Amino acid sequence: MIKRPDPIRAAEITDQAVYRARRRFLEGVAGAALAGLGLEASAGSPLAGVRRGVVTTDEKPTSLSDITRYNNFYEFGSDKTDPAKHAKDFRTRPWTIAVEGEVARPAIYQLEDFVKPHALEERIYRLRCVEAWSMVIPWVGFPLAEVIKRAEPTSRAKYVEFTTLYDPKQMPGQRPGLLGTGLDWPYVEGLRLDEAMHPLTILAVGLYGEVLPNQNGAPLRLVVPWKYGFKSIKSIVKLRFVERQPVTTWMKSGPDEYGFYSNVNPDVDHPRWSQKYETRIGEDSLLSRLTRKRKTLPFNGYADEVAHLYAGMDLRKYF
Amino acid sequence: MAAPVPRAVRIGKPLLFLAALAPFVLLLARIFQDDLGPNPVETLNRYTGDWTLRFLLFTLAVTPLRQLTGWHLLIRFRRMLGLFAFFYACLHFLSWIWIDKVFEWEEIVRDVYKRPFITLGFASFVLLVPLAVTSTNAMVRRLGGRRWRALHRVVYVIAVGGVVHFLWQVKSDIAEPALYALILAALLGYRLWAYRRSPAFGPVL
Repeated sequence: MIKRPDPIRAAEITDQAVYRARRRFLEGVAGAALAGLGLEASAGSPLAGVRRGVVTTDEKPTSLSDITRYNNFYEFGSDKTDPAKHAKDFRTRPWTIAVEGEVARPAIYQLEDFVKPHALEERIYRLRCVEAWSMVIPWVGFPLAEVIKRAEPTSRAKYVEFTTLYDPKQMPGQRPGLLGTGLDWPYVEGLRLDEAMHPLTILAVGLYGEVLPNQNGAPLRLVVPWKYGFKSIKSIVKLRFVERQPVTTWMKSGPDEYGFYSNVNPDVDHPRWSQKYETRIGEDSLLSRLTRKRKTLPFNGYADEVAHLYAGMDLRKYF
Repeated sequence: MAAPVPRAVRIGKPLLFLAALAPFVLLLARIFQDDLGPNPVETLNRYTGDWTLRFLLFTLAVTPLRQLTGWHLLIRFRRMLGLFAFFYACLHFLSWIWIDKVFEWEEIVRDVYKRPFITLGFASFVLLVPLAVTSTNAMVRRLGGRRWRALHRVVYVIAVGGVVHFLWQVKSDIAEPALYALILAALLGYRLWAYRRSPAFGPVL
């Protein structure tokens, strides 16, 4: 009747040394130039030709097993363990992406064609969820700015609106009633054009050097590391360039709780909990918290790179 | 000279005590094995909160079950169930001020004051205290049955407070708290129905 998530045992967590060894092996696998982006691509296939160390951190990356089993992806259920269970058979091929709105070159792409022009990079980013937990994730992706330049936005394009797939057959969380997760589907997110053009903003197709697992937003997701996690929309099917600020799914769900900007900010609390501290998934044990709490950083630690985007804005008002 | 204790109660009580303690023992085992999942703080808060609510509902289920089954011995187990609700509520409260807030009193006080769902949870917890304190036979005698019963009807307020406290903090998916709300509505609705059928008995506890 009342489900309890299966606890993750320490023994199940991929040891970093094992991961490194496996990655060295995979890097040695030749001829996989676009492996993982072929039609038979599936989560866990290695991605070749990935440039390393584009953005990195000295913090320890969260284990693959935590990154892939502790997820918020409401399309597949609201429990943290739901996405890994319910996204197993999610079909990410074929996949089309529409680029539309205020652009000179609107187009509908097959995923492969959409990704092909871009060099893949590994970027190790902190991820801070609005629920006050965090991870360190080695994404594989490319700058969103490259896609935007290719689309040639018109002078009226002030914002980018992103949309996730709507498919209740595959996504149980989108079904109506108590089975669903009570949000307005499809999931919609948005960025101001300068935020979308910022070099830290990427579209990700992989993590830990492999094709993105379904529960992490396969086949294509946004990653905006200085904003709360829900801004980094998953399983994208549409980018629309618009003149007015989009109304996002979470803004509709709780206008006083989830703002359009949602920049990570320890000084602006969520109405129901504080944002001053965070729990680093898989690292901050109960006992470690008693001695040292992990402070959340303004803009999730990327203030030097992004604070100028918000110069002169009242971050309490534009939360 | 007290009446002899029926065998079902003599055997049942220690068994119930062990069963009610099991979630706590299990929790301790998981803490020692570092087996609380990737977000141990959240797990601890949720776990202790869940069991508080469940024991509140178990306690409130005693009267309807007694009346519907005619198995009146059930009343002899109600106090223990209620005290276990209080025990898990204490753990829940402790996990919040100690593990979650690390005794930052300023922030704790601000949370109680500023965040309605915390205010409600805290108020429900505070209301549990007088019920736990007056749970002994001596206290029932001192207060007198009528006044004791009136005081202990506060449990309805506490249970509603606890369920709304849970409902209020989910982000969008209300399925699980709604289930608790549904069960609570059935338990309280039964009482309303029974009272309207024969008000002479007074409100049913």
